[in-house]
Amino acid sequence: MQNFRYLENVTTLELDVEKCIGCGMCGIVCPHTVFKVDRPKAVIADRDACMECGACAINCPVAAINVTPGVGCASYIIQTWIKGKDAVIECC
Amino acid sequence: MKELLLKKLDIAPDNKACCSNNGQGTDCKPVLQPIALPIAKPMEDDAPCCGPKPGPPSNPFEKPGYRMWHFVADFVATPVGKVPRIDTTLRIQDFTGTLRARLGISRDRYRVAPGLYSVGRPGAESPVLVTANYKLSFDSLRRELASIDAWILVLDTRGVNVWCAAGKRTFSSEEVVRQVNLVGLERLVSHRELILPQLGAPGVSAQAVKMGCGFKVIWGPIRAKDLKTFLTSGRKAEAVMRQLSFTIGERTVLIPVELSLIVKPSLAILLAVFLLSGIGPEIFSFSTAWVRGLNGAIAYLFGVLAGAVVVPILLPWLPMRQFYIKGILTGLVAGIFVVLLLGGTMSRLESLTLLLITAAVSSYAAMNFTGATPYTSPSGVEKEMRQGIPIQIIAIVAAVIAWVSAPFVS
Repeated sequence: MQNFRYLENVTTLELDVEKCIGCGMCGIVCPHTVFKVDRPKAVIADRDACMECGACAINCPVAAINVTPGVGCASYIIQTWIKGKDAVIECC
Repeated sequence: MKELLLKKLDIAPDNKACCSNNGQGTDCKPVLQPIALPIAKPMEDDAPCCGPKPGPPSNPFEKPGYRMWHFVADFVATPVGKVPRIDTTLRIQDFTGTLRARLGISRDRYRVAPGLYSVGRPGAESPVLVTANYKLSFDSLRRELASIDAWILVLDTRGVNVWCAAGKRTFSSEEVVRQVNLVGLERLVSHRELILPQLGAPGVSAQAVKMGCGFKVIWGPIRAKDLKTFLTSGRKAEAVMRQLSFTIGERTVLIPVELSLIVKPSLAILLAVFLLSGIGPEIFSFSTAWVRGLNGAIAYLFGVLAGAVVVPILLPWLPMRQFYIKGILTGLVAGIFVVLLLGGTMSRLESLTLLLITAAVSSYAAMNFTGATPYTSPSGVEKEMRQGIPIQIIAIVAAVIAWVSAPFVS
């Protein structure tokens, strides 16, 4: 996946190191190896590889990760522009 | 007759369980046996018959009102009822089905029933693999399970693959819990673990599943082809099994669906192109509409090809990270080709207009491919759309004005 890099400094991903217990779950679920779990804590090793899928945040047992999850899909985003963020989107 | 058949179906399995005792037997045979059913007596081969010979008798597992899937080998009786045992080799129907789905034909209806399936001869200790009910997902899982004994729990993801269903929250914690309870999984297996594909993680919280049904989620590899290694190596996935790939093959199979989504709006756009092309000093001319419209249509179609076919194939080698820029680049090349092809018959203004159309259409089509890639973040896509869409709109408006005024100018 290293061939594929997307825009830099856009991700909403945040890790609260204070809360992190170093369980390593984020490192397991992330499909882009964004995290490195150096015991006792996880660190964001490759922030710009994040695609904001939200897998890490939903699976963090102590809610130490914050990200606005969503699908990186132009037609989906156009629909949210037209219908509003909370509308039921048909699909992309 | 039906009751009689059902009674026969409900014959209890040979339950001389050895695994549930203590699990010390190494040659422990699975507890569950396939159900034996009497098959209707076949016709005598030499019996007189008219017309072509009748086919084989009905499958004994068939029920009125249901249709059997070809991949069901038989049914096994289990503590939670009869469970289909499925084949792990794909047949010609599966490949034609895959082809249809890849072409976007009734793709949303290409699904299997959610619920419990089995593969091999699973017992109470066997792993439970969770997947989506998109038939392509189901097939890519079962084809990798030759010589594996396992239960398969299929979630109702509305016929959508694991990754997209997780994004749409149909592959979700709630759905896992619902299916586990629905099939009565705790009465089927003695362990309390579920193996989920890693790409389901955006929709499923391992803690929520544990709280909801007591089962622990184990995140399996991304690709089903790594499952066997995963299961035999102590359920540990190597780093490469946890990383996404997007090879040229993986990109190319997505192209037909992208194109199928463009067909409908394209018909309306092409109609508009022909209508606009007929406008001239004589108000409207059908022959001009046809000749100029054809040129406009060719430019449009080359734009679609440049954005929805060339960009996906050449993705990693095209400069810039924004898809709309990649699309402009391939669109300009395609546009130059169009101008060289048709240039002799047109004014310079018209040639330039076609170049603009091709580039703008390609840019838009390429931008839409973001939805099919596994690495674009919504924040990133929104950012590039805020740059790309205004450029595309300006280009199209300018092109329409130039195209309509060209006959008046010359």
